[in-house]
Amino acid sequence: MRRNYLGLTLVFLLGSTLLHSGMIEKQYDKARKGMVKIIEEEVDDTEWHTGRPKLAKATINAMESVKRHEFVPLSSRLNAYENRPLSIGYGQTISQPYIVAIMTDLLDLKHSDRVLEIGTGSGYQAAVLAEIVKEVYTIEVIRELGISAAARLEKLGYKNINTRIGDGYYGWEEHAPYDAIIVTAAAGNIPPPLIKQLRPGGKMIIPVKSYFYVQHLILVSKDERGTVSTRQIMPVIFVPLTGQH
Amino acid sequence: MPGSLPYLSIALISASALAYEILLMKLFSIIQWHHFAYMIISLALLGYGASGTFLSLFRERLQSYFPYAYIGNIILFGLSSIFCFIAAQQIPFNPLEILWDMKQLFWMFGLYLLLTLPFFFAANAIGLAFIYDKTAISGVYAADLLGAGLGSLGILGLLYLFFPASILQFIALAALFAALIGFKELSLKPNTGAVLLFVLSFLAVVLLGRVSTLHMNEYKDLSQTLRITGTQIVEERSSPLGMLSVVESPEVPFRYVPGLSMASVVEPPQQLGVFTNGDGMSAITKYPDKMEQLGYLDYQTSALAYHLGDPDKVLILGAGGGSEILQALYHKTKVIDAVEIDPQMVDLVGKKYAGFAGNIYAMEHVTIHTAEARAYVASSAQKYDLIQMAMVDSFGASSAGLQSLSENYLYTVEALQLYLRHLKPEGYLSVTRWLKLPPRDTLKLFATAITVLEKNGVEEPQKHLVLIRGLQTSTLIIKNGVFSSVEIENLSHFCDERFFDIVYYDGLEMSESNRYNILDKPYFFQGTQALFENREQYFSDYKFDIRPATDDRPYFYHFFKWETLYEIFALRGTGGLHLLEWGYLVLLASLLQAIIASIVLILLPMIRFRKAEKITIATSKKRVLLYFFALGFGFLFLEIYFIQRFILFLSHPLYTVAVVLSAFLIFAGLGSRYSKRLGTLKGYRKSARYGIFGILIFGLLYVVMLDHIFGFLLTQKELIKIAASVVLIAPLAFAMGMPFAMGLSELGRHSESLIPWAWGVNGCASVISAVAATLVAIHFGFTAVMAMALLFYLSAYFSFPESLSD
Repeated sequence: MRRNYLGLTLVFLLGSTLLHSGMIEKQYDKARKGMVKIIEEEVDDTEWHTGRPKLAKATINAMESVKRHEFVPLSSRLNAYENRPLSIGYGQTISQPYIVAIMTDLLDLKHSDRVLEIGTGSGYQAAVLAEIVKEVYTIEVIRELGISAAARLEKLGYKNINTRIGDGYYGWEEHAPYDAIIVTAAAGNIPPPLIKQLRPGGKMIIPVKSYFYVQHLILVSKDERGTVSTRQIMPVIFVPLTGQH
Repeated sequence: MPGSLPYLSIALISASALAYEILLMKLFSIIQWHHFAYMIISLALLGYGASGTFLSLFRERLQSYFPYAYIGNIILFGLSSIFCFIAAQQIPFNPLEILWDMKQLFWMFGLYLLLTLPFFFAANAIGLAFIYDKTAISGVYAADLLGAGLGSLGILGLLYLFFPASILQFIALAALFAALIGFKELSLKPNTGAVLLFVLSFLAVVLLGRVSTLHMNEYKDLSQTLRITGTQIVEERSSPLGMLSVVESPEVPFRYVPGLSMASVVEPPQQLGVFTNGDGMSAITKYPDKMEQLGYLDYQTSALAYHLGDPDKVLILGAGGGSEILQALYHKTKVIDAVEIDPQMVDLVGKKYAGFAGNIYAMEHVTIHTAEARAYVASSAQKYDLIQMAMVDSFGASSAGLQSLSENYLYTVEALQLYLRHLKPEGYLSVTRWLKLPPRDTLKLFATAITVLEKNGVEEPQKHLVLIRGLQTSTLIIKNGVFSSVEIENLSHFCDERFFDIVYYDGLEMSESNRYNILDKPYFFQGTQALFENREQYFSDYKFDIRPATDDRPYFYHFFKWETLYEIFALRGTGGLHLLEWGYLVLLASLLQAIIASIVLILLPMIRFRKAEKITIATSKKRVLLYFFALGFGFLFLEIYFIQRFILFLSHPLYTVAVVLSAFLIFAGLGSRYSKRLGTLKGYRKSARYGIFGILIFGLLYVVMLDHIFGFLLTQKELIKIAASVVLIAPLAFAMGMPFAMGLSELGRHSESLIPWAWGVNGCASVISAVAATLVAIHFGFTAVMAMALLFYLSAYFSFPESLSD
């Protein structure tokens, strides 16, 4: 008799846990949609600076698909869909979703593209890219981060993301040229090997960071003749001189 | 009748507490960031105010057990000084998340509470001595000040000799030693309990000392670098200027070349990373076999001057790891003078890693001077073809507004005037800085340059300036002469080859200014044009403060404007928070918190005053409040003003702070000691007024005379200048020691129960005034700080807490 009760209790607990996790997933889905909506509104506001009135459909879909809560520590899951940077340990952050969206969008990606990312971090940016393009190659210099990101991306079923641990300065030559490159671990300069590995007509984006925040973005374009030009983009709508806007 | 008072132990505990305060600031600057360290320690000093409140509430009970309460508090200070720091390091406070995460406020409050404790105990010991024998107040205050003066010198020596973390133990042991001396001074008889207490305390300090290691914030540059496989710290150096950590990274080489052009194809040679207080990396570069391997240094914006002319004699301000020296060597410069403030850095490049760095300091045509940059230029009679200042601060600190609190005398109008005087005809002053968007310091520097040229009577300043920008750096060159068309041609060629944009030369077209590193609008071009055409309007319209810094308002890094605060905060959704100037906001937050806490601490004893009718209060509490508040403000304002004035006179900021602070404290201590005799002869009120009168006279005299005196002594040897400084400070400080002792003695005469309260009020005022003085200086300049200090003393003159029945 007692065994039956125990069995029933276990079944009840298991059932409620499953039900609960299903409900939580739904809550996350809802929160994610809310986050994307906020991002779209922000993008609309910042058109003046970024030149983008709205995000490409592919970017929106990617932001709606990737479960950001899977990329943050358990303690931050409740904040996963707030439009803010979050700590992921090792002194690293997962960028503000708005910044991830705008950086992805500025690369004008196509489904057939091959993208290189320097600085895997949590793997979130790579996952967003992987929703849009054919292949993503991502390199992380901090071993522990690289290992956990690779495991996470595998667990989430991303087959088109290739991870590596090592020095990002020389890129990943075997798979070059790339249609787009994101250097999320920006240094005081742009590594020349990366420019070399960028396909003519390709784009590279570099967030210039200090501590927790992205200061501005550098968008490097290489035209069909191989000529390189850069744009410095403030993702923020901020006119330094009053009365001029 | 009270027995003799333990003056020696009072001096020792006061010395330890002051040393602890300075040490905590150093420790927290290493594990966190300087401005948060400033806020945490400022608030922790409210332990002095809290002690006043505590003693007001429990005065009678503690007074009857004075020897034990006194010794007990000293021991508690010793134990808590080391324990609370270790405990504070366990608190996962991350200031960078404070605007997102409410938990951080809770952690911050925990830090305050923990670090307040040691100061609370130290202040209790001194406060107890004040109330124990009201006839000896002048002596106690004198011991307190003299001790603090010696403590400020002692900690400087200790910071030269030992790593900051290990000094914690010295301070705790010094406190235990003070307790032992106090035990003897109070003629207490040693018993088993006392011996056991001392032995256990000693053991606790030794044990705690073993576990007191530093846990650096994981977001600091050094913490992040050490995460990379293969990196390790190969050398650590410590001095009062900061802790230097040399790191090698064999697997993922450092490639530290700020603002390197994309056109550069040469990879830098092997480098060692050097971190100051765990942040702000610079690099020591391996001297290559062939000079061509240094070719990358010609692809930085800072190389421009070498392409405009052919400078033979170069002065490098801020030599750091030596990359500007290498750049000059690459350009075959014949004479290179380099100035570096940190002797540890000079030693690293010149001795420890001399072989690695190519013995550059031993080269015949290279001379390294260990000195503060501006002071070196002021004392030099040399003239140069090029004065080069490049990347004197780190990107992180520069871009996150962390330096807005720091005074900086390198980029003021007067400093640039000085540098220009040391240029040969047709010479260049080249200043390279990190580029920020929207533009801030690049434009402020440009505005400073225009102001300087105008002040120097240059007829066409626009013809003396060029400004360029790369991806992450900008370089401004001011010429001691007019730029020729050949130079402008060279400039264009230099920029075209390296994909740099020209921001300014006289006659530049807008279409030329935004070609390679394209901004949605040519902000830099527009800014420089507006600074010539409509400067005042532009200053007031621009959303950041880009008015030139002066020696009176030496806050080059201060860009904050209130009008912009709301707008930036509203932009947090699009990553706008980086535009906030943390340093300034932290300063404001410190002030607000200090005011609120002080109100609570000051009002709390009032309840007791009201309840206990037997307490005799024969003076107006308002007068007591005003008098001791004004003295706290006046003392700190004057001290801060004089530290700033002397920084430009004595050649090193560290010596200046040590000399001025210790001279102020020691002579004020002597003044307090003397005031006892004067008080007995002339009465306390009169003596206090003599003191205040002296302060006003000397204060005003120095406002008028100090520049002339400094001018007269500027070329003298350092020792003479230090001696002269002490002589100048002595009479003023002597007078400043009198009013507090006399006020407290007066309370002892008729309102004894208000003594601890007054002590607490003064403690709170000292905390608020230290923060407030910086705010006043940022907005109105140091002259305003001085003027306000004199006004505070004037109000003290009229609010002496005399007996109502007198």
